[in-house]
Amino acid sequence: MATYKLETPISEEDVRKLRVNDVIYITGTMITARDSAHRRALEFRKEGKKLPINLQGLAVFHCGPIVRKEDDKWIVVAAGPTTSTRMDLFEDEFIKNFKVRVVIGKGGMGKKTTDAMKQYGAVYGAFTGGAAVLAAKAIKNVKNVEWHDLGMPEAMWILEVEDFGPLTVAIDAHGNNLFEDVQKKVEEKRLKIYKKLGV
Amino acid sequence: MITEKVVEDVAVKILQLAVTELPQDVKKALQRAYREEESEAGKTQLKAILDNVELAEKTRTPMCQDTGVIIFYVKAGSQVKGLDKIENALRKATIRATKEVPLRPNAVDPFTQKNTGNNTGRFIPFIHWEIMPGDNLEITVMPKGGGSENVCALGMLSPGMGVNGLKKFVVDTMIKAGAKPCPPNILGVAVGGGADIAMKLAKAALLRPLDQPNPDPNLAKLEKELYEAAKSTGIGPMGLGGKFTVLGVKVDYAHRHPASYPVAVAFQCWAARRASVRINPDGSVEYLTHKVV
Repeated sequence: MATYKLETPISEEDVRKLRVNDVIYITGTMITARDSAHRRALEFRKEGKKLPINLQGLAVFHCGPIVRKEDDKWIVVAAGPTTSTRMDLFEDEFIKNFKVRVVIGKGGMGKKTTDAMKQYGAVYGAFTGGAAVLAAKAIKNVKNVEWHDLGMPEAMWILEVEDFGPLTVAIDAHGNNLFEDVQKKVEEKRLKIYKKLGV
Repeated sequence: MITEKVVEDVAVKILQLAVTELPQDVKKALQRAYREEESEAGKTQLKAILDNVELAEKTRTPMCQDTGVIIFYVKAGSQVKGLDKIENALRKATIRATKEVPLRPNAVDPFTQKNTGNNTGRFIPFIHWEIMPGDNLEITVMPKGGGSENVCALGMLSPGMGVNGLKKFVVDTMIKAGAKPCPPNILGVAVGGGADIAMKLAKAALLRPLDQPNPDPNLAKLEKELYEAAKSTGIGPMGLGGKFTVLGVKVDYAHRHPASYPVAVAFQCWAARRASVRINPDGSVEYLTHKVV
């Protein structure tokens, strides 16, 4: 495994270099998007409307942050990752249409997303579940909030980050999926464990 | 005097302590896991967890954005006056802590989907009561996160399967849960009683410190066996592979109906938050899980 520091906009070439188990830190611009923001972005695309921000080369973070307003300025208090599998519904189209290069969340994603990452050049960075303070510390500034009508957790927060991580590359742009590998290995061990326990 | 105000104030304090600072036994177990984990991805996750825990403690910020559903365990001395006022004090403390700490509002009406915004609602915070001899009051709070709660499981097994059935059910439940409960986890396992009793005991077992072995040697042996089984699944920290799928397994039991063999598995995420306090009859307080200066 290797450690990489990436700056946005991230090129396709940059992400093709990465392999599962590598660790990355991101500096630059990232957006938060959960189910609703993914759905809306794809609806915009369908209707030919422009997104509030060009996502090419950016990172998308599956996160519903706790944000506080202080003197007209947004401050991110906590920003841990949410479970990514819910976004499997949208992520392949999202990657294809908007060319985001890094998808960040917890728990991993499925085959459809893995295939899209391979085809269009993107990786999945696993961020430690619950590590909300660590995430908030790397968020230096809230640039903007879009689609606030979706509610605080579902809105698209545009964040300026510095060394956001560590993110373990769990799906790379070559079709490898660390979570699936682990699951396969775990499945292979099941019978051995039964045997050892005498069941 | 144990007044309503004293109870409210210390309950706010233990809520704040619980969500911002892990008890020593959990911290030590996470540090040990970091030292001994062999998987690179697993080690990266454990380092991030430890950094996050340290930062939360230093900045007095909740260590996880999900500050859980609030559950209290109260051991009330039978001679304590005003026991009928304690529930109200704990509700008021929960509302205050939600604002002051702050806690994420996590109490949602299951029919209207409306969030009350202050972590209180019907039966929430939930209070488990135990009446003890004596004149002091011991309160423990467990803010319980949703991710680990969602994989808790109850198996109404065949009594004929016995302990072997229990072991298999625990292993299957763990493998099915995988990365979802934010491992390394603490597992509470309980057998017997009935469906509700098994689950109640399994969850309460999570409160036993990790460095306190089960006083029953047979259960201590079973805990060790299940701990080793969890290790050999290879699920690892955050499900990215490794040895430390769990930090500990805690087993409890009740006698069962001849026809039933209920087995409950309660999951606790790495943010194993709990805090306890004892209030003496003169109103003085002792914090049992945290150092308070």
